Amino acid sequence: MKDSSRRAFLGAGAFAGAAWISCQAPEAESPGADSGPSALGAPVRRYGERSPYETSARGVRDSQTPEAASSRTPLDKTYGIITPSALHFERHHAGVPEIDPATHSLTIHGLVDRPLVFSLDDLRRLPSVSRVHFVECSGNSGGEWSPAGAPTVQLSHGLASCSEWTGVPLRILLEEAGIKPEAKWILAEGADACLMQRSATLEKALEDGLVAYGQNGEALRPEQGYPIRLILPGWEGNTNVKWLRRIKLTEGPQYVKDETSKYTELMEDGTAWIFTFEMDAKSVITSPSGGHSIDGAGFHEISGLAWSGRGKITSVEVSTDGGETWTEATLQNPVYSRAFTRFRFPWRWNGKECVLQSRCQDETGYMQPSREALIAERGRVSAYHCNRIKTWKVGIDGSVSNVEA
Amino acid sequence: MSKLSLAVFLVFATQTLCAQSYGIGRPATEAEIESLDVTIGPEGRELPDGSGSVQEGAQVYEVRCKECHGESGAGGDHAALVGNPEQLKQAPPIKTVGSFWPYATTLFDYTRRAMPFEEPGTLTDDQIYAVTAYVLHINGIVDENATLDRESLPKVEMPNRGGFVRDPRSKP
Ligand code: HEC
Repeated sequence: MKDSSRRAFLGAGAFAGAAWISCQAPEAESPGADSGPSALGAPVRRYGERSPYETSARGVRDSQTPEAASSRTPLDKTYGIITPSALHFERHHAGVPEIDPATHSLTIHGLVDRPLVFSLDDLRRLPSVSRVHFVECSGNSGGEWSPAGAPTVQLSHGLASCSEWTGVPLRILLEEAGIKPEAKWILAEGADACLMQRSATLEKALEDGLVAYGQNGEALRPEQGYPIRLILPGWEGNTNVKWLRRIKLTEGPQYVKDETSKYTELMEDGTAWIFTFEMDAKSVITSPSGGHSIDGAGFHEISGLAWSGRGKITSVEVSTDGGETWTEATLQNPVYSRAFTRFRFPWRWNGKECVLQSRCQDETGYMQPSREALIAERGRVSAYHCNRIKTWKVGIDGSVSNVEA
Repeated sequence: MSKLSLAVFLVFATQTLCAQSYGIGRPATEAEIESLDVTIGPEGRELPDGSGSVQEGAQVYEVRCKECHGESGAGGDHAALVGNPEQLKQAPPIKTVGSFWPYATTLFDYTRRAMPFEEPGTLTDDQIYAVTAYVLHINGIVDENATLDRESLPKVEMPNRGGFVRDPRSKP
């Protein structure tokens, strides 16, 4: 503030002036040894790194084939709705390829009038959009089919992450190639060692499919499909094919290994649901959550994430008494469709043992089920798409743990 | 311009207009598509030439697959490749090529694209027909004298062919 404006401000009234002076008190003191940093900080740098005091990391389990494995997002150590790209979960089936974007391209062929090849430069010339969407492995929360469930939110729900994706609507590329009327499905293929393939409906591809080259303001991370990946908003993670190199338009699905052997849901009568694309609405309290320790009775904000593959989250309710009573939480605005939605709930802990839960509803009216309701619908062996309510217990010592439900 | 040539011109002009709105992207050549398009659908129309027998497949399996998938597909460090549909009803269920996969063509397609895990793309089409025949044989699906090729493989009936239903939650 310049001197003249300071005087004008002081003249505005004795009360305001006094308040201003008390706020500015440190400035009035003479600079002393402990009034500020005494050493110069680090110089500017080309690419930022986080503070050395920050240590949150993806959770990786030992695997004999770490190239066909997964790593989990520490959801309880992220804020807001965006997952930092470096913490986005991974699930690869044949490792992360190193791809030179100058030599990579996307071929659109099959039931089209004109098969086309798009270079990365071509894709970046076309009209672009940016959209916030979660990606969730359909095996996320798979351990929650059992009554015990996983001890931390990273282990139970960490195969889900949310990013702002930038790219070309798939519709533009398909229409550019000219869609033949017989085409009803697409097959998307990656350039990883196993040439990951998935079938998806043409309807979905045209509705909101995206060929993404951007993630959270910069290029995709190699683990997320650099230089391009498919985003099919709200559909199970595996259909969002990474390192995308080819899209073939077809009459029907191709019944590839990862839509038959894997990513299908077995029912108790031995039949299996196939093409279980949309991720059902799910929510989980991330703070406090399993493994945390609450520091004394009094005010603590309960916070968590909710998402649905079918649209926007319309409400999240929180219970602090094991599901006896439910109260509406506040949703962070704006709420995006098929994206993480942050909910917050002010809470005063009375220091007694209590049980915390959240449940969400999406714009189709679907309500996140309890474990019993889910099992009544789908049995115990379907392995994928588990979206049951997660329960955390707060002990009298403030320790937070997973509880059987 | 005659009426006819004007009509031809108009048709041509609208066609190019519908053709590409942005004019970005180059035509893919047939050779490019052929080398990229490894997809083999459930009817097996795209299957390549070549053939392989159960006996040949046993040798391929021994050298290229056994270290990970175990003696006779019993599983070991990685997925078992043998099972029967009854095992889908037991707890926990066991899903394998024999017990679960609906199409034999998928086994050929997946092995050709992705196996052996550390060096996919290193087997010939004959070897892939052979190891496919072998894996189907150890599941009791084809007999020990079987030889598979583009004609016979799509005709192999998988025990769990009728075991899949569309997800009632999804839109069609
Ligand atoms: C180095 C170990 C290794 C070798 C060698 C290997 N595989 Fe595999 N196999 C794997 C792994 C790992 C997977 C799971 C890949 C994934 O996560 O998608 C797998 C999956 C499979 C599957 C799918 C199983 C299912 O039910 O979903 C089949 C079929 C298969 N392999 C066949 C073969 C054949 C045939 C060979 C020999 C030509 C072979 N594998 C060699 C490691 C191996």
